[in-house]
Amino acid sequence: MRAERKAIPDFPLAAIALLLSVYGILMVYSAGQTDAPTVVARLYRSQIIWLGVSLVGAFAISRASVRFLEWAAWPAYLGTVAILASLFVLGSGAGDAASSKSWLTIGGHRIGQPSELAKITVVLMLARVLAGVREPPKLLVELWRPALVVGVPIVLILAAGDLGSSIVFVGIFFAMLFWAGVPWLTLVLLASPIVSLIGASSTWVWGAWFFLLILLVWRYRPYLIEGIGVVLANVFMGIIAPIIWDHKLKAYQRQRLLVFLDPSSDPRASGYHVIQSQVAIGSGGWLGKGFTMGSQKRLAFLPAQHTDFIFSVVGEELGFIGVTLALSLFLVLFLRSVRIATRANDSFSSLVAFGLAASWFVHVGENVGMTLNLMPITGIPLPFFSYGGSFMLASWLAVGILLRISSEGRGRADTLAI
Amino acid sequence: MSFHPNEVARRARVATGGLVVAFVVLLGAFFRTQVLQNSQYALQSETNRLREVPLPAPRGIIYDRNGKVIAENVPGYSVSVLAPTADSLRAMLRRLGETIPLSPGQIELSVRRYGRAPNRPTAILADASFDIVSVLEEHRVEFPGLIIQSAPKRHYPDAAAVAAFVGYTGEITEAELSSRGYRGYKAGQQVGKGGLEKEYEDKLRGKEGTRFVEVDARGRVVREAGAREDLLPEGAPPLYTNIDMDLQRFTVSLFGDTLQGGAIAIDPETGAVLAMHSAPTFDPNRFIGGIPADYWRELNTDPRKPLYNKVIQGRYPPGSTWKLATATWALENGIVTLDDVMPTPCTGGYQFGNRYFHDWDPRGHGSISLAKAIEVSCDVYFYQLGIKIGITRLVAGGVALGFRDRTGIDLPNESAPLFPYSDDYYNKRFGPRGWNSSVVLNLAIGQGENSQTVASMARFYTALATDGQAARPSIVRRTEPQRTRIFQLTDAQMAGLRRALTGVVSVGGTAAASKVEGLVIAGKTGSAQNTEDATKTHSWFVGFAPADHPKIVVAVLLELGGHGGHAARLASAIMARYLKATPVSLPPTAG
Repeated sequence: MRAERKAIPDFPLAAIALLLSVYGILMVYSAGQTDAPTVVARLYRSQIIWLGVSLVGAFAISRASVRFLEWAAWPAYLGTVAILASLFVLGSGAGDAASSKSWLTIGGHRIGQPSELAKITVVLMLARVLAGVREPPKLLVELWRPALVVGVPIVLILAAGDLGSSIVFVGIFFAMLFWAGVPWLTLVLLASPIVSLIGASSTWVWGAWFFLLILLVWRYRPYLIEGIGVVLANVFMGIIAPIIWDHKLKAYQRQRLLVFLDPSSDPRASGYHVIQSQVAIGSGGWLGKGFTMGSQKRLAFLPAQHTDFIFSVVGEELGFIGVTLALSLFLVLFLRSVRIATRANDSFSSLVAFGLAASWFVHVGENVGMTLNLMPITGIPLPFFSYGGSFMLASWLAVGILLRISSEGRGRADTLAI
Repeated sequence: MSFHPNEVARRARVATGGLVVAFVVLLGAFFRTQVLQNSQYALQSETNRLREVPLPAPRGIIYDRNGKVIAENVPGYSVSVLAPTADSLRAMLRRLGETIPLSPGQIELSVRRYGRAPNRPTAILADASFDIVSVLEEHRVEFPGLIIQSAPKRHYPDAAAVAAFVGYTGEITEAELSSRGYRGYKAGQQVGKGGLEKEYEDKLRGKEGTRFVEVDARGRVVREAGAREDLLPEGAPPLYTNIDMDLQRFTVSLFGDTLQGGAIAIDPETGAVLAMHSAPTFDPNRFIGGIPADYWRELNTDPRKPLYNKVIQGRYPPGSTWKLATATWALENGIVTLDDVMPTPCTGGYQFGNRYFHDWDPRGHGSISLAKAIEVSCDVYFYQLGIKIGITRLVAGGVALGFRDRTGIDLPNESAPLFPYSDDYYNKRFGPRGWNSSVVLNLAIGQGENSQTVASMARFYTALATDGQAARPSIVRRTEPQRTRIFQLTDAQMAGLRRALTGVVSVGGTAAASKVEGLVIAGKTGSAQNTEDATKTHSWFVGFAPADHPKIVVAVLLELGGHGGHAARLASAIMARYLKATPVSLPPTAG
């Protein structure tokens, strides 16, 4: 099977990432071109600098062997947790999320958003833990180690007030369990309390789900205690959901979820963002209004147009063609990543590659879906597009790691096709 | 766990499948939004960024019969504001109030206006002075939603002299907006509020244009022009009237500042209103762009009621001018001839039952014919004529002659005269036993239950001046005159009546002092007793000239003006002016 022992790095992946970055910087530039100029007008310059920094970072990390990354996973993870914990003291909010504490701030200078880099260290750590397991878990309890690896940063990030990022971690967790070969039913049972939590908004939905769950438990026949545990967890979530809704979610978070269900329920305030974004994208048509010419954007009808809603600018100015181009580039990026994961030399590399791709995928799916109200607004940025240094660096570090994995993996002649 | 290549390949296929499905779903959603629903969202995007600023159309110019301007448009400025919310509007107006005078009441009014049409510019000042506009232009940068534009403003060059018929314009009210007659109007528009401006609103309004300005999310105007091509306003065509401005000004000057009453001059053949004035008057120019509160209060508290039109709204007992109605009906129905003498000669009064009815002249008129009785306005003759006709027929005659009908003049708010619909009226009013046939004596001389407008009396005399057909008075030029036959007399009877009326304005007549050299005037004075003042009568004169071929009918009423001769002097001066003759004696400037 191994026709070429030594493969070369997956340069098409790097090329696509670079194309996406250039595309993204052009859009950040365009987002700054408003009729009433704001500070956003100059941000594309710092984004270019960040791209330079990110490229250097990607090159540097691609020089590190996978074995080194595996060794470094533990200290990097512990460091990440420490930094996330320090946010309670050193964190500050910014921009639209001014109430959260997701920015690491030292001496009044905002260093960056540690949660972006945490996504990489968590992927590394999860991969290390999952690669060490030889047999698929018979018991849900056997998944306590990976669950803990993800759970600690999720709790810390949630506590800092960043709901969006924690959702990304959940996505990474399930994607990597899937890639590790955890059976479907186990994943469903594991995810069932979350479904209960969401479904509890409607008694009927929750009731139907609960009935389905009982059937699944019956068929899967886990150990008695575990089956009872899952069912109880679902009941608990069903009960706690209204309490969380009323007391734990902030008013704006509740509004966002309500608006997701019906944007016109609050067209002037919370629904405003979604409606304006849809209007911007919808008015773009096939070819768009032309680069920098989007009137919705120019006249500041678009919210957070250089960060969370940058894809609305793509839709308005470059139309369906521009959207198709961007989404196609992302699709190829994901497919190349899955290919790298498939051809990786060992289970750790494979899991890392898939985890990083999953992280991107969750970002793209949520961010792009949000602009069309297919997803609730959570404030998750779009990789390579949204303005922001930490995320750009994190995305390119992931590219660097993927390149390294591909260069250590099996070569081109491999018959395993994706 | 399981990382056998086959297992990994299987999972890779699942992952790839999932990715492709997600890609297709997303792309499908974008296709739906951007391609299928494009027109809908493109429209939303347009309405998002464009605000319609109305461009008021110039109203039609109103001309007199000789092409002189009665109402025109002059350049003015309007100030309005585009605001995203009512709160921001209020905040902005408060700041604006530091720069220009703006009362809290005006601010609240503007906020209410905003509530009706948030996407249209909210009018702040409908008619801003040049000073205010200059100040605002200086501070323009501080008020990004401010729209200052030139707007045609109504102006009446003759001001108070045309107030009786021209009316004025003002902003459409909430009540008007919701009424059926103003469908298609928008808040903030100017509409005719009275007189011709209201009556001919449809013809005068023109077609409002639209300018499109581009605003950003905060409602700031970012581009004034070129966002979309302007829809230019279309001015209305001019309105040509029958008014003779020369005669109108002359009529107004006759009243001066002291006389109180109304006058109307009509062409008897066509009903064309040549002049019309109600004194005291007001300045309609001050009504444009909002009536100043103190002026409004002044007009409303003036006991002489300047806003009350004394030609078409005021109702006065017609007095002796109405004797012609009694005479005409009696002649038409063969009850008398012009030469008939009544049984009892006039000795200064008439005993009827247990009541003595006085003649206006205590010396009496002796035994006279109907023609002479008209000339000297003998009450005793008409008492007896009334008795001869009887109350039932006299009331029916008045109704037939149109004394219950509006003249149909093309002005809003005309009052109908007050006249019994039949003798049943007296039963209703006083009870069947509460009155007796003596009411006919009063009715026959134009007193009693009879109140006519000046226009209504003028209309009756257009029939006397012609062939028995009354002309509908019309201020705006009409292609076909509208005339209604109200009585039918022989040529000889008509000639006899006119001769008698000519005697009124001759030596020995009641209006002998109003004689005009070289002009034969026919007419009738009236000194109507009224409820307002027992010692002073309303002074009436209704007549026409030249007597043989009448070109003008004039009705004049002076409130509490005393003897009808006073009104006659004004009327004859008006006729003389129109017919280019010189009155023998100049009219009094006060009476």
